[in-house]
Amino acid sequence: MSVLSPFLVHSAVQAITPILLAALAGVLCGQAGVFNIALEGEMLVGAFAGVAGSYLAGSAVAGVAAGALAGAALALILAYGSTVLRGDAIVIGIGINLLASGLTAYLLRQMFGVSGTFDSPAIVGLAPIAIGGLAGVPLLAAALSRQSVLTWFAWALVVLVAVGLFRTPFGLRLRGLGEQPDAAATLGVDVQAWRVGAVLAGGVLAGLAGVQLSLGAVSVFSEDMSAGRGWIAVVAVMLGRNNPLGAAAACVLFGFADAFGLRLQGQGLPNQLTDIAPYVVTLAALILSHRRRQA
Amino acid sequence: MAPALQASGIVKRYGPLLANDGIDLDVARGEVHAVMGENGAGKSTLMSILYGMQAPDGGTIRLDGVAVRFRSPAEAIAHGLGMVHQAFKLFSSLTVWENIVYGREPRRGPFIDGAAARRAAVALAERYGLAVDPGALVARLSVGVRQRVEILKALYREARVLILDEPTAVLTPPERDVLFAVLRRLVVDGRSVIFVTHKLDEVLAISDRVTVLRAGRVAARMTTRETSAREIVRAMTGRVVADRPDRVSMPQGAALLHAEAITVRGDGRVLVADANLSVNGGEVVGIAGVAGNGQTELVEALVGLRAVASGRVQVNGRDVTQSDVAARREAGLAYIPEDRAAVGTAPTASAADNLAMGFHRRPPLRRGWKLDGTAVRDWARRLIARFDIRIGSERTPVATLSGGNMQKVVLARELSHAAPVLIAEQPTRGLDVGAAEFVHGELLAERARGRAVLLVSAELSEVMALSDRVLVMFGGRIIADLPAAQADEERLGLLMAGRPGVAA
Repeated sequence: MSVLSPFLVHSAVQAITPILLAALAGVLCGQAGVFNIALEGEMLVGAFAGVAGSYLAGSAVAGVAAGALAGAALALILAYGSTVLRGDAIVIGIGINLLASGLTAYLLRQMFGVSGTFDSPAIVGLAPIAIGGLAGVPLLAAALSRQSVLTWFAWALVVLVAVGLFRTPFGLRLRGLGEQPDAAATLGVDVQAWRVGAVLAGGVLAGLAGVQLSLGAVSVFSEDMSAGRGWIAVVAVMLGRNNPLGAAAACVLFGFADAFGLRLQGQGLPNQLTDIAPYVVTLAALILSHRRRQA
Repeated sequence: MAPALQASGIVKRYGPLLANDGIDLDVARGEVHAVMGENGAGKSTLMSILYGMQAPDGGTIRLDGVAVRFRSPAEAIAHGLGMVHQAFKLFSSLTVWENIVYGREPRRGPFIDGAAARRAAVALAERYGLAVDPGALVARLSVGVRQRVEILKALYREARVLILDEPTAVLTPPERDVLFAVLRRLVVDGRSVIFVTHKLDEVLAISDRVTVLRAGRVAARMTTRETSAREIVRAMTGRVVADRPDRVSMPQGAALLHAEAITVRGDGRVLVADANLSVNGGEVVGIAGVAGNGQTELVEALVGLRAVASGRVQVNGRDVTQSDVAARREAGLAYIPEDRAAVGTAPTASAADNLAMGFHRRPPLRRGWKLDGTAVRDWARRLIARFDIRIGSERTPVATLSGGNMQKVVLARELSHAAPVLIAEQPTRGLDVGAAEFVHGELLAERARGRAVLLVSAELSEVMALSDRVLVMFGGRIIADLPAAQADEERLGLLMAGRPGVAA
């Protein structure tokens, strides 16, 4: 069997998108000096709001908007808590993640009267975008064709964030104030406002990551469906050292591990075993990168 | 012509404390104006008011005759003020040019015009003799070069009045000379420099006029050419202070501290390489060197805070190389650490607790399995009285004390050990003239008692005033061992810069 089968590549690219969007959120916050571990919770709430919006308004666009808004709304707690109210970003992040898990389960029951999973034909998923003319290049066609608009958006954003961070006044200020807030403040930068902005923008991206989960490949919401992807994004941010390109590379690694796990499942391995593939890769990458840095 | 900067009647209160009590300061165009004073005299408060970091409770500030009122440093910068803080405010993960243009970037469309930014940085650097590589990462620069970046940052923002807060504290003598040359070019160019310091020789060397503060008021205004070091010190302290501590010659005893071929590794580098030293009873040996050349690591290896890769340490004739800190202290080692707030004391603990530490395992402070509260209290009171520690009560946390009084707590505790060997690391850093004089007196008293004192200091004047012998560390090696008579500033300065060939 070929390791890079078209199906594997396609599902890997699909699996990368939510992690990548969340990781870009983490990069923005990290550069601003806020260590955002609330990505998991923001993603979960985004996934729920995406399904809810799509179901209630009958349109995927409404789902996307609802997911982005919900992510930002949850991020508001971190944005103000860690700046104006001077709270600890880690503690607030943990609180947000716990809140998101309970809140989505509760709303699922209240709004749709189900628990566990909400599935309905009225949920409009994101339409896959077909790319013609690639039929001759099998792997590329598999990777690019029939992906959601959010996948394209995520990769465009990688370039945009990288250029923005390293080539524009905006990026220079963000990088500086994250490292030395008082130096930036002395030079007339409103550190709190920038941080609030970065965390809210991160909330939007993490919310979209959730929408990709619930409306991208499938059109369904299940409790805790983010399943640690937000945490993997946190790791990707750390491995990439707050650099969007590095974080994206880490996301690609995790995405393939995820897809590869699915593939192994198809080979008859128990899914409890194959599901751990991305997490094993995450742990291994963390340990290896730490060793490399020490050397 | 109106003065470049004129502050009149500046008042600042912190609760009951009057930090600035009607201070007047005039800085002319094209002059270096020194502001002197002991710690707590109000220098820092005054500077933070001039720079917009704090609002005054009274008084006015005029720039070129126009009254101004700053609500933030950004506003002060916009009005042509610049300040180089003692702790630099640089972004170490960014490059030199990025630091310089931060917040005021030249643009090309939506992007930063990197080429224009570099050109601007290079042009300013060349004009004032501030040699830097604009593309270098700040994290990789030495402190002297970082200071140049700070100055360039201010000049890029068109600072006409530049405040330098203790700028030479971190510099080697050659670096200091470069800084002074830069300052001269700045004033020739019509800019003004406010030079905050407590170093007399520098004031005499670089300034045109001096304003001396004492207890929140102006104690004296002088023209540098017409004054003397003695007069300035009298204005600062309100009394006459000895230029140098008296040092009687002492018969020297046996080697009480002896280190042989000490090598320390860390972070994959050799931090101390093959260091040999020996300190006799009745002797002060000074270690000079620019910070970061292995002094800290050597001292940590001597006191047992850091493992040696190879070599031997002897205290009072006992080999303690394999011993932990407690055993080394038992063998006769007292230690005044560099950082009194992090290592020297437990800041949130009371003075009594801090003074008892290290004595808590033995009677009289220990009774059975617990501490004797009364004995701890009496012990603390006795030391507070003997060392004249200004403190409310022995139950007061030491974090509330001034630097000088906190250092007295450390001294009181360490000297109570009556240990044959004392290692003092930067014992007067940040202390004012009076407190430093006290510390120097105590170190020399230890010497007079026949003990061995190892003094590590970045202050050359301190090393030269106290030591019988001076060692110089550079790049982790002890590259010179000079008797005091041969250790003059020029020679030590060259050695500290790693140029033994020139010095010899």
